Amino acid sequence: MTNEALQNLISNWIPELEFSEEGSQFLNILVTPEHLHQLMTDLKTNNETSFDYLFCLSGVDWQPELGVVYHLESTTHRHSIVVKVKTDDRENPMFDSVCDIWKTAEFHEREVFDFFGIKFKNHPNLKRLFLTDEWEGFPLRKDYEDDINMVIK
Amino acid sequence: METTVVKSNFKSEEYFINMGPQHPATHGVLRLLLTIDGEIIKKIEPDLGYIHRSIEKMCERDSYQQIVHLTDRMDYLSSHINNEAVCLTVENALQLELPDRVKVVRTILSELTRIASHCLWWGVMGMDVGALTTYFYGFRDREMINDIFEETCGARLTMNYNIPGGLMFDIHPNFVKRTKEFIAHFKTKLPEYDTLLTGNVIFQKRMKGVGILSKEDAISFGASGPVGRGSGYSCDVRKHHPYSAYDKVTFNEALKPDGDSFARYQVRIQEMWESMNIIEQLIDNIPEGDVQVATNAVIKLPKGEFYQKVETARGELGVYIISTGTKNPYRVKFRSPGFSNLSLLNHIAVGGKIGDLVASMATLDLVIPDIDR
Repeated sequence: MTNEALQNLISNWIPELEFSEEGSQFLNILVTPEHLHQLMTDLKTNNETSFDYLFCLSGVDWQPELGVVYHLESTTHRHSIVVKVKTDDRENPMFDSVCDIWKTAEFHEREVFDFFGIKFKNHPNLKRLFLTDEWEGFPLRKDYEDDINMVIK
Repeated sequence: METTVVKSNFKSEEYFINMGPQHPATHGVLRLLLTIDGEIIKKIEPDLGYIHRSIEKMCERDSYQQIVHLTDRMDYLSSHINNEAVCLTVENALQLELPDRVKVVRTILSELTRIASHCLWWGVMGMDVGALTTYFYGFRDREMINDIFEETCGARLTMNYNIPGGLMFDIHPNFVKRTKEFIAHFKTKLPEYDTLLTGNVIFQKRMKGVGILSKEDAISFGASGPVGRGSGYSCDVRKHHPYSAYDKVTFNEALKPDGDSFARYQVRIQEMWESMNIIEQLIDNIPEGDVQVATNAVIKLPKGEFYQKVETARGELGVYIISTGTKNPYRVKFRSPGFSNLSLLNHIAVGGKIGDLVASMATLDLVIPDIDR
């Protein structure tokens, strides 16, 4: 499916989705946290989209927002899409987990939690993955400071 | 596999055991927390981070030329392909049109890297399941490729031959001759791999029916490379999203439907044949021309987001760069194949024996710095 056809189809499912293709080779969808899980389920299960392959899940600190970027591809239709979700809450950022939809999300969400402190609702095993449990702060956030381990020019 | 249940009055109890971080079969500093009942594995929980260097954070302070050199240290057996991934992302963002010579040389070197990586994998995998001779066979042939790399790139492991805009310098005058010598040599040696190991009854019993991964699970777990293709899942980036000179060559995607350790093994053996096939198509026709296009000394990417995927020896490596238009990236994410492939280890090894876990892990071909980044 072309990006235009995808946009026409998906925009009927949930209101308040923001579409954009600017500065990216994919069609980008910005979704609110409350609609995230619904949108992701539809993207996977709908026969016309069938995005069954979550190939990249990244945490991003956009300052002041924190968010997650999901890169999806369909192995049957071979089209791709990007879904983004953002929140202003830096103290307790929380999104729905998608690991019931794609199993690979379990590890990737743990990585995002480890480095950005973003929590995922209904995640079966949300704890630090790379860092130790006692580690303070979330290193990939832009406001993270560590005088000993970080070399800053 | 059939299991005999012996009835007895003995009580069994689950207990924990550490596998790694210094276990020879984990090939690096991977620690697995195993919950076992006798010899049967109940649960595997990987404990990561022993070699985490936070390359993604380091990238945020570095220039685009510098980032290339960090990627060598992720999957060090595919270092040339990792370099290529970052260079392609930057070149696509700058909309640079590369000379054909660059594309062809990059493709030949990528395939040599793949053969070298699979040779090493084959050697150590045989060793993991008790066949010590394979180690020497694998390293003997990999040595020839390392020599080719040493002559052309100046390095044997961390190549650093790609730069944004092309190649660091032109290929060595001996490059074509030595590559052809290697192909001629390896064509006689690869059948030996089959005689020594593939047909071995003990080896087949260790591999067949062990660590089964279905196609649906392979997609859901984000498996890629030989792990995905061993489950019949067509996931070759070179086929589906061709880059460099892969659209100019014909080759078969190695696919096996069985999904067990032996299928993943066969896929890698077949891939070595296909890699030789690709190199043979290109080696006689390396186009003349420049090996670089000029870029600014300080590379600034336009504002936006850029994603590039390539096929390393382990699977799909994704480079995701968010740029705000400055000389440093705002955020870099490496989607490493090993990380996703590790996440399915619990799924395929639970219910099996510890010995089978070693066989499953060997055919996942994990490189720990690729997982830890």
